[in-house]
Amino acid sequence: MKLRIALLLALAPLGATAAQEAQGLEAPLADARLEAEARALMHDLRCLQCQNQSIADSQAPQAEAMRKRVRERIAAGEDPDDVRAWFIERYGDWVTFTPPPGPQTALLWAAPLLLLGAGGWVAVRMFRR
Amino acid sequence: MNRRALLLLPLLLFLGLAGLLLVNLGRPQQAAVHSRMVGKPVPEFALPGLDAEAGLSSKDLATGKPVLLNIFASWCLPCQVEAPHLEALAARGATLHGIAVRDAPEETRAFLQRHGNPFARIGLDRGGQLMLAFGSSGVPETFVIDGRGIIRYQHLGDIKAADVAVLLRELERAQ
Repeated sequence: MKLRIALLLALAPLGATAAQEAQGLEAPLADARLEAEARALMHDLRCLQCQNQSIADSQAPQAEAMRKRVRERIAAGEDPDDVRAWFIERYGDWVTFTPPPGPQTALLWAAPLLLLGAGGWVAVRMFRR
Repeated sequence: MNRRALLLLPLLLFLGLAGLLLVNLGRPQQAAVHSRMVGKPVPEFALPGLDAEAGLSSKDLATGKPVLLNIFASWCLPCQVEAPHLEALAARGATLHGIAVRDAPEETRAFLQRHGNPFARIGLDRGGQLMLAFGSSGVPETFVIDGRGIIRYQHLGDIKAADVAVLLRELERAQ
């Protein structure tokens, strides 16, 4: 109990964010760099239960199971992209907030370039006049 | 082109976007997420069972005969609703295996006592990790697995009376 209070006091200056609340007393990885990698991936994976939240922000039990898998695989030395690929293999692109480039998302990824091109074309025409 | 008409373009774009957003406001937010594991072999696993009973492993899902794999939990209300339909499937000759997800063994046992036990084998997935390996997005869910251990079909949500015939047909197709 004393240890837990001491831990809470130690963590207090970091500020209690929603994500920390969601994750309760889940143990972070001992290696801070790996934990940061795991956290970054958690923010990019979508919770299957409360679907518009990331697993980092969700209190759903299934999100907890997904966080556990993320930490375990990253602790085992796996690359975050491979962990993400494992989830995509099972749930489709839907499970990540960063849709991978492909025929379905081509327009999405090309949109900035197309819009920039259109804007440039309009600008060139206006300056010429 | 007429410059007047061109000036109206942003307004039209805005109205189009507003209309799109308005229509989607009324649509349900929960998307049905189908497992991409359909067509692939079941993941390798070996789960403990209840009491001294044998658990469930991937070997039990590749015995030459198609089976149903039901993912359930005692805390899941739709699982109670579908229980009679699972019994009906078993009565009509289907082999059912169960995976109890994030559930204490005593709770699972009480649930089966109250709602019937149609399962040949039961595995306990206490951490919910196997469910992820199957690409399952919630409970209950039911997979049709063929005799070689390939996932052939996934039923999302509880099995309703009309789904019994569908699942029996899928079992036959998996022969």
